Amino acid sequence: MAETHVPDQAVLRHQFDDLEQQRESINLGMWLFLATEAMMFGGLFFTYALYRGAYPDAFRIGSQHLNVGLGTINTFALLLSSLTMALAVHAAAVAHTRRLILFLAATALLGGVFLGTKAVEWTHDYQVGLIPGLRWTYYDTHPGEAGRLALVHLAPYHVQMFFVVFFSMTGLHALHMIVGLGLLGVFIWSASRGRFAGGNDQPVEIVGLYWHFVDIIWVFLFPLLYLIAGFRPFAAGGH
Amino acid sequence: MAEPHTSPTSGAHGDIHLHPEAVPVFVYLRVFAALMGLLGVTVLAAAVDLGPWNLPIALSIGVMKAALIFAYFMHLRFSTRLVQVTSVLAFLWLGILFVLTASDYLTRD
Repeated sequence: MAETHVPDQAVLRHQFDDLEQQRESINLGMWLFLATEAMMFGGLFFTYALYRGAYPDAFRIGSQHLNVGLGTINTFALLLSSLTMALAVHAAAVAHTRRLILFLAATALLGGVFLGTKAVEWTHDYQVGLIPGLRWTYYDTHPGEAGRLALVHLAPYHVQMFFVVFFSMTGLHALHMIVGLGLLGVFIWSASRGRFAGGNDQPVEIVGLYWHFVDIIWVFLFPLLYLIAGFRPFAAGGH
Repeated sequence: MAEPHTSPTSGAHGDIHLHPEAVPVFVYLRVFAALMGLLGVTVLAAAVDLGPWNLPIALSIGVMKAALIFAYFMHLRFSTRLVQVTSVLAFLWLGILFVLTASDYLTRD
């Protein structure tokens, strides 16, 4: 009925005794959800550990096909986005709506940079034929490379396992980033309608928890996937 | 322990309630500087061939970055004990997943 959105001022819901309990319960609920997310990614991390332990050389060779420079840029972008997200939560806490929207938008922009870089990487992988199941033609078009694998008693399918793990993990991570961007968009919209003018920062903090968690996942993905063969940002590896 | 804070009783645009526990901005900036430093160390350590030590070093640096993000960006340092314990439990559950699954694979012929 009102034209502007009624500011969200931490209304006490009936099932809670007081605002402190409500705030803690909401926070606890989110952390429990993050625990389930950790279990989901954990399964993939274990798969990585298992196959890297089984085929260490194949994983090193597979990693050399990745663009370490772009991976580093992505890591920087996500860490910076965590800073802007934390600053957004702070802006909500002190009820500065304009700054809140600015920092949410900056976070979303950096997330977009991350996804754009990923798209560039994956497009390249598709073109050279390194996507298992979709387009795995690299070793057919590079018989010399296949020969080099045979010299160390490896076959293309050993390297393929690295890419199965790579695309599973970065794919699931990218899906989480897309969801995060959606959440940021919704919050930018509701912030612009005055939702956080009353200083209730908890909804923003909850989205922040999600975003930081997705960043932490990438913090581990980067060295485990991109740096197996060392840091070589300008190497020809990816072809 | 979180301090109780009441919501304003006046109308939609009444008293602005400033958060009593808002973490100061300079804390976030310092944490970010530390994260950038750790990213630099990650890259430098990966550029040097340290044999079998590259992996545990890379993971340790990752854990340090994660700890900073958990503690300060995710406010774990300023959360209630219940929430802090829950976050530790999450790692324990993950550990159970790893240990039990690994015990299967490691005892196969």
